[in-house]
Amino acid sequence: MLIDLLRETVWSLAGNKARSSLTILGIVIGIASVITMVSIGQGAQASIENSIQSIGSNLIIIYPGAGRNEGPVRSSRGSAKTLTMEDAEAVKNQIVGLKGVSPEIANRYQVRAKGQNTNTQVTGTTPSYTTVRNIKISIGTFFSEQQAKSSAKVAVLGPTTRDDLFGENANPVGSTVSINNVEFKVIGVTESKGGSGFNNPDDAIYIPILTAGNFLAGESYLSSISVATEKQSAMDSLQEEITNLLLKRHKINDIASADFNLMNQTDIISTASSITGTFTILLSSIAGISLLVGGIGIMNMMLTTVTERTREIGLRKAVGIRKIYINLQFLAEAVVLTFIGGGIGVVLGWMASLGATQFFNINTEISISSILMAFGVSAVVGVVFGFYPARRASNLSPIEALRYE
Amino acid sequence: MIKCKNLTKIYRNGDVETIALGGVSFTIKKGEFVSIIGPSGSGKSTLMHILGALDNPTDGKYFLDGQEVSRLNENQLADLRREKIGFVFQSFNLLKRTTVLRNVMLPLIYSGISIKEREKMAREALKYAGMEEGKFNNLSNQLSGGQMQRVAIARALINKPAILLADEPTGNLDTKTSRLVMEYFKELHDRGHTIIIITHEDEVADYAERIISIRDGKIESDRINKKFKYLRKKDAD
Repeated sequence: MLIDLLRETVWSLAGNKARSSLTILGIVIGIASVITMVSIGQGAQASIENSIQSIGSNLIIIYPGAGRNEGPVRSSRGSAKTLTMEDAEAVKNQIVGLKGVSPEIANRYQVRAKGQNTNTQVTGTTPSYTTVRNIKISIGTFFSEQQAKSSAKVAVLGPTTRDDLFGENANPVGSTVSINNVEFKVIGVTESKGGSGFNNPDDAIYIPILTAGNFLAGESYLSSISVATEKQSAMDSLQEEITNLLLKRHKINDIASADFNLMNQTDIISTASSITGTFTILLSSIAGISLLVGGIGIMNMMLTTVTERTREIGLRKAVGIRKIYINLQFLAEAVVLTFIGGGIGVVLGWMASLGATQFFNINTEISISSILMAFGVSAVVGVVFGFYPARRASNLSPIEALRYE
Repeated sequence: MIKCKNLTKIYRNGDVETIALGGVSFTIKKGEFVSIIGPSGSGKSTLMHILGALDNPTDGKYFLDGQEVSRLNENQLADLRREKIGFVFQSFNLLKRTTVLRNVMLPLIYSGISIKEREKMAREALKYAGMEEGKFNNLSNQLSGGQMQRVAIARALINKPAILLADEPTGNLDTKTSRLVMEYFKELHDRGHTIIIITHEDEVADYAERIISIRDGKIESDRINKKFKYLRKKDAD
């Protein structure tokens, strides 16, 4: 019986190639577009989260506050000269539960090497920066505590800066770069963190903080202090402790007039996730619309063939085929169509996402849930609209079905 | 073979009652060739549907081969149609884009007979219906009208049914082909088949040995066709 049913299904579908392939096409488009859309959306979300994580984890950054002048004019936030090396030392020595503290003096300078030049972010810091900011070295070394204390003129390049100055994937260790006309010896290159464009973490140079203060900035005020905590759960309480310590050191009673700001990574992540959340909603609605359109396509194909098939159903009934077999056959046809279409759609959607990664450099992430959802919805639509009208037709008396025009 | 007692069919549409058949009784013996003739709206189609077990009468009794058809449920009716009745429809009702063989095998799909056996039966039926063997694997929509009707007849005969019911079998054919098809029905009659033809054309009805004419849901006349013998005699000449 089952083999008869399958044979009849295959004959019927193969006998109407145009109809069958159009139905399959509708399902393929619906499923493939949903999978591609969702994979692009999730890829974007993942890459945003990644780049935030790459800054370092459990990170609190202390920035100087706005300059405090007499009168109503405030200078811009972060421009004040309020944070010192001593502040950083105090945080490091007096607060318990920190993984590392790194003071930073950062500025943009013109950098030259072998006739190439670029404008990049030069950060003066201490070796603990690697722990705090999660920096890994790919060639050479980061500068040592010794080099930091002796204000050695050594520099560690970010991979993008290395590419700009020495050519892609060159080994610049031992060469010399000139930062703001001061010569530095290159001792290492960091690993790429990924990212591009504005604020690229790979476009950077790291030098000892004393060197930056003495030879480049000409003063020792810090542009920021990065603090990494041991535990994520302790971030809030540690943030409060650091605030109190600095208020005490700066002899300020009122937190509202503090001359520094603390920002922690959780804030950044929550801002970013609200952005990616919007992004996900946008992409999901596009995916939902394609699924709807695909579903309507399937529905249309299934419904428009009913006229022709109503007579066929009438004939089948008239020649003595029981209703149950007619229903089963139409169900089998709908299932076969949706599964073939679904299979092709999944493969095609998969390939489209891989293609987007390959050719347009878009991050994609294929999720099983989107595949299941797309497949599930089209299967349900296909089966319901393939089976239901046929079932209704098989309930007609054979005479009515045969007369159906 | 066929025994009808007071067959009545009433269609209700809201408050309006339409009497399609108002108490029809007759008997058809095995091997008879009967035409049921009447103008449209006379109730002849309704009668054919009841005789073909496609529809149940509102009242009255219908026996086929001693079995009371008017009491069967839907599935039993389907089985009866498959086993005892062969239909030939006016518009052929062949499955398009489907081979001649598969069309003929259609009634037997779920009968439990193996595919090999079914194909053998279909080939026999097609040969019996006078179809050229070279056309067995052609698609049904590539055939001429006369050939389509032969395929439809082969489909009706595959199960060696007790009765062959033809509803306006020449309705879609030209005069020449009509004549060929009717000659073929006569040949089937000669081979012993019980045939009932429903038509509104006297010319078609005249091929049968007995003519039942229906008007307004009642039998107007039930007579032996005198021309039948004459026609056969003419054939013999």
